[in-house]
Amino acid sequence: MLHSKKRNIIMADAGNRKLNMARAISEAIAQEMRRDDRVFCMGEDIRHVGGIWGHTAGLYDEFGAERIIDTPISETGFIGAGVGAAIEGMRPIVDLMFVDFFGVCMGQIYSAAAKTPYMSGGQVSVPMVINTAVGGSYGDAAQHSQCLYSTFAHLPGLKVVLPSNSHDAKGMMTSAIRDNSPVVFMLHKNCLGVPFLGIENRATVNVPREQYCVPLNKAGVVRAGTDVTIASMGICLYHSLDAAASLETDGISAEVVDIRSIAPLDRATIFNSVEKTGRLVVVDDDYRSYGVGAEIISSIVETDVGILKSSPQRVAYPDISVPFSPPMEQFALPNAEKVLAAVKTLF
Amino acid sequence: MTLNADTKIRMYEQMFRNRYFEASMTEVYMEGKRPKFDLAKGIFPGEYHVSAGQEPCAVGVIPHLRDDDWCGTGHRSHHVAIARGISGKGMTAEMLGKITGLCRGYGGHMHLFDKSKNFSTTGIVAEGMPMALGAALSYKMRGRDNVAAVFVGEGAANQGAFHETLNMAGLWRLPLITIIEDNSWGVSVSKKESTAVASNVTRAAGYNMPGVLVENNDPYLVYEAAQAAVGRAREGGGPTLIEVQTVRLEGHFTGDVEQYRPEEEKKGLPENDPIPRLRARLLNENTASDETLTALEDEVKKEVDSWIVFARESEYPRPEDALITPYE
Repeated sequence: MLHSKKRNIIMADAGNRKLNMARAISEAIAQEMRRDDRVFCMGEDIRHVGGIWGHTAGLYDEFGAERIIDTPISETGFIGAGVGAAIEGMRPIVDLMFVDFFGVCMGQIYSAAAKTPYMSGGQVSVPMVINTAVGGSYGDAAQHSQCLYSTFAHLPGLKVVLPSNSHDAKGMMTSAIRDNSPVVFMLHKNCLGVPFLGIENRATVNVPREQYCVPLNKAGVVRAGTDVTIASMGICLYHSLDAAASLETDGISAEVVDIRSIAPLDRATIFNSVEKTGRLVVVDDDYRSYGVGAEIISSIVETDVGILKSSPQRVAYPDISVPFSPPMEQFALPNAEKVLAAVKTLF
Repeated sequence: MTLNADTKIRMYEQMFRNRYFEASMTEVYMEGKRPKFDLAKGIFPGEYHVSAGQEPCAVGVIPHLRDDDWCGTGHRSHHVAIARGISGKGMTAEMLGKITGLCRGYGGHMHLFDKSKNFSTTGIVAEGMPMALGAALSYKMRGRDNVAAVFVGEGAANQGAFHETLNMAGLWRLPLITIIEDNSWGVSVSKKESTAVASNVTRAAGYNMPGVLVENNDPYLVYEAAQAAVGRAREGGGPTLIEVQTVRLEGHFTGDVEQYRPEEEKKGLPENDPIPRLRARLLNENTASDETLTALEDEVKKEVDSWIVFARESEYPRPEDALITPYE
């Protein structure tokens, strides 16, 4: 299995070439479009520039304007059109470059895509992927730097995923396209490997050439440990791994779990880890309150508070909009030092 | 206010100021971004959208606005900000994230606000339109003769917010002036690939308001169109939609190599530059002499240079100031 608990993302060995996340995703889409002619892509700037993150690069050359559709800046219209096309037999991948822009078209996502399958008593399904990019750290300020994981994960009916490396990105994209539920597929800008953004090199790993699926409901243990569980995802996973490496020199053995799927959340994998370690820190770069950390900690406490040796901690973005000024932005972002400090409160 | 020599020279001055400012800030922006372009690097990180070419849209409209009239725009805002007369030092410092910035470093290039000039921007396409509508509603409810002006790109005309706003403005006869700066590109998607009609002014009829097309990026014609629209709105005559055929001389953002844009169009850009065109016109019609304009340009350069020095020398906010919010 590609997602065994022991798999170490940094040592991913399945394949013979490194691919960045943007290219891994365009490859996943291309392979699935060859296999299934119901799949098409629609969104802003996906044709000529291959999406501003490059994750649809090359698709227009192969599949043409019929299946790679550049849209006007009309999000309510084209996200909603994705829902309708999905209901009527297509498998759309709809692209909206920044998660911050979803405010424009949220009704089509949370009223139409998320609720129609349920309200119809299961008569209709919405097999649709909604691609978007999340995250800051590069000075794009309040309206282009958010994560909003829990904004979407809070809504019943949506799957919400955030791969942390290119291997998982390709496999999860293939799974997402084949899934019969609407999937909000988040790409962390710091992990995409695009040349004009700050890059986390460890997110670019070996990617098999052939198609494969990484499931949308499984977390993965990416570093085994015995003293504390650090659950994280996206760029924060790498902060967590850095903290874990540092903790090792202090004699603390940290287990790092890649959450990967925010909704549905793989509560069992996280619980099993915390049951072993007795301590938990959740790290993510979304706003702190009502977030992923709160959900994970609640689910542990509700299941068995007795497994905890100390109070679980959250490291997250403070409850403020993202400031532009670089010193303020860097101050607010999660980093390895903050993870380290949080872990040390547990002992 | 008539389109006299002083006004024309003032328009040229503001156009030139914007262009020189943006070009100078491009150099600042690129510090740390050569040879490898990385949005996160340098003293001016993030995206940078210049308005070069679109200056006539701003300088023709703003002279008709009072300081207490609403003036809203979007991510491509400098020409409007400069025509509006917001503090150049404050704007520059904001773009570098300094404590002396208009928004004390919280906003940045895409989010410039100056309440003293009722000036605001947003980074989301068409998002400023409903807010401008609300300002216009407030003026009507309070019996004031203010107007609300909002600048958007032609891409915004395909947003729901655009149509909803215009419908309510037409329905309630609100003093709203919408200026579409049609540079014919929404990032990489051309207007003809994104818009069902050749000109958005035809859409005005659907909202029971006049639609005025200004061709050829002509600042004098923008001036006249805005004069009529603002005058009508102040007298209770309701909203107007103005579309200006303008030009985006640069990429969507600095660093955009525009591989999608036809070579022929790129080659023709210099002759569509409204600044040399207006300069030649001022000379031809004997509105100003070359010496006068050169002296003016030199003054403007000195002033803009001083903004950048000010911004560079200003302090950053304290990192922990990030946690200070107006939210109570």
